[in-house]
Amino acid sequence: MPMSTPVVATGNATPVPNGQPVEYRRIYVWEMPVRVYHWINAVALVALCVTGYMIGAPIRMFYAAEAYQQYWFGWVRFIHFTAAFIYVFNFLARLYWGFVGNKYSSWAAFFPLKRSQRQEIVDVIKADVFEVKMHGPISTGHNALAGFIYFGTFLAFVFQTITGFALYSSMSNSWLPRMFNWIVPLLGGDFGVRFWHHLFLWFFVTFIIVHIYLAFYHDYIEGRGTVSSIIGGWKFDRVEKRGK
Amino acid sequence: MGQSIWSSMQQKGYSRREFMQFCAAAATVAGFGQAGVAQVASAFEKKEKPAVIWMHFQECTCCSESFIRASHPIVVDALLDVLDLNYTETLMAASGFQAEKSLTDTITKNKGKYIVLVEGAVPTADGGVYCMIGGKTAESILQTVAKDAAAVVAWGSCASNGCVQAAKPNPTGATPIYKLVDKPVINVPGCPPIADVMMGVVTHLLVLGQVPALDSQGRPKEFYGRRVHDTCYRRPNYDAGLFVESWDDENARKGYCLYKMGCKGPVTYNACSVVKWNEGTSYPIQSGHGCIGCSEAGFWDNGPFYQHLASFPGFGIESTADTVGTVVGVATLAGVAAHAVVTNIRKRGVIAEVHAEDQKES
Ligand code: HEM
Ligand code: SF4
Ligand code: SF4
Repeated sequence: MPMSTPVVATGNATPVPNGQPVEYRRIYVWEMPVRVYHWINAVALVALCVTGYMIGAPIRMFYAAEAYQQYWFGWVRFIHFTAAFIYVFNFLARLYWGFVGNKYSSWAAFFPLKRSQRQEIVDVIKADVFEVKMHGPISTGHNALAGFIYFGTFLAFVFQTITGFALYSSMSNSWLPRMFNWIVPLLGGDFGVRFWHHLFLWFFVTFIIVHIYLAFYHDYIEGRGTVSSIIGGWKFDRVEKRGK
Repeated sequence: MGQSIWSSMQQKGYSRREFMQFCAAAATVAGFGQAGVAQVASAFEKKEKPAVIWMHFQECTCCSESFIRASHPIVVDALLDVLDLNYTETLMAASGFQAEKSLTDTITKNKGKYIVLVEGAVPTADGGVYCMIGGKTAESILQTVAKDAAAVVAWGSCASNGCVQAAKPNPTGATPIYKLVDKPVINVPGCPPIADVMMGVVTHLLVLGQVPALDSQGRPKEFYGRRVHDTCYRRPNYDAGLFVESWDDENARKGYCLYKMGCKGPVTYNACSVVKWNEGTSYPIQSGHGCIGCSEAGFWDNGPFYQHLASFPGFGIESTADTVGTVVGVATLAGVAAHAVVTNIRKRGVIAEVHAEDQKES
């Protein structure tokens, strides 16, 4: 559309498909390790949730065969444990990247330490929950609220890892799971550990729903490639032309 | 005092052959194997037999009942015959002041050498009034008795983790022994513990004169090192995903795994599937019923017995974590959907706003 014919939304007129041309700058936000972490984590987490749920409530299948002919429940558990190891080491790699990666992936992005971050939390709540103040200067990387919620998620990761390995220690002699034995008496025995480990499944399910939705929502209201950024790594920042 | 087990057996008329049988059985039960027989025999010939005090507090005596049904009767007989079982409310002949005297005598004469076996939890609420013997609270008796003991064994789940009287809301403040005495306690949980396991622990103490290797919860590793699930003969069905779906289905008849019927084998550390009960006859799972986790702390509160996970506190008996989770998940989905609808209704406004801003800037 020719630049000379901008159509402006007025009071009661229907908004038109294009506003004024605005310049955007391309910013490399999510480096390769962060993107790889994200997708390994996504796949492992979904696998853990699905297999974990099946461990808790096995479905009815193949009742015709004899025990020695099949091992499906064993496989479900095997996938859970394999995914668990991948997930934990992947998580550790991400923690490391929080110290060596770019500023968007830095550990500091996950804590609202600065005043501006706390202000942004208020803004984002206004945009997300009340749907007022639908856009404005939202951080290019994680917005402060998202960052802080991810920190909460990390804590849940840690909890799930501790309880998971504590459960695993009863079926393994290796040192890694044994390091997490101490949680067992604290939660009142293996039963308690299993109960909490199971309960946290639902935290992850809820998180996945909200996370995916908000990624799409922000993609929409911010209009600068939130969703594609976790695939290609780039986001777009409006270039301020005048003033400031 | 000062007598060995062998000499006291001789006095009671046991033959050398019976003594050797006893040693062999004791060695097996304590897990020493054949090579250990000689060691056991020599210990029983030379070592002074220890005095034993068996206390009964808040309990149902199922541990004692279990103990006298060990699968090697000669071991029980001989132990009861030859041990200086100086005080035990249920089995001793003495009563009243005589019994009390026997207790204090044992403690003073065998300072630091006697073994204390405790059956039952100790109530601590309201000054301990809920269990008193001879005018003294269970707790004060326990403290007196445990102070100079060589070893303290907690018999059964009551003494090890409080069992039924410690179940919520625990009105008497029932407390397991290890929380009250400041020396290591050997926990032998189970409701009741398996007779042969009890024999094994006592024999270990007698023969080696030392505490067996314990796990982080004070249980002898020998017997509580593995889960019921790890040694269960139905395990292949578990791995194959073959589960009993209801008590009277075809799968139950075929002996499939009882996991979905609430079997607590996967979270219970005990020797049931190896040692079994009643002279090795059977154990609960073999008889078609899931494990209820009787040797685990808090098993009464982890119910219902026929459910894989406990009910979720505060949401009624039937609701598990999954019910609550499903509600939360569905509510989230609904919230997100409603949000999406509102966003789309506001879509025009938002686009207009964005354009207005673009306008301002350029
Ligand atoms: C964060 C994602 C995870 C989720 C959502 C998850 C979920 C679950 C669920 C729902 C169960 C079934 C519990 C029951 O009802 O019996 C389970 C079991 C288990 N999980 Fe996880 N888990 C996760 C991570 C882990 C990790 C990191 C480990 C570490 C090794 C682990 C190890 C186990 C073990 C050992 C079991 C018991 C399996 C059995 O019964 O043999 N999990 N998990
Ligand atoms: S019956 Fe119980 S202990 Fe046996 S394999 Fe099944 S779940 Fe495990
Ligand atoms: S199978 Fe389980 S409930 Fe039954 S006696 Fe053994 S530990 Fe207790």
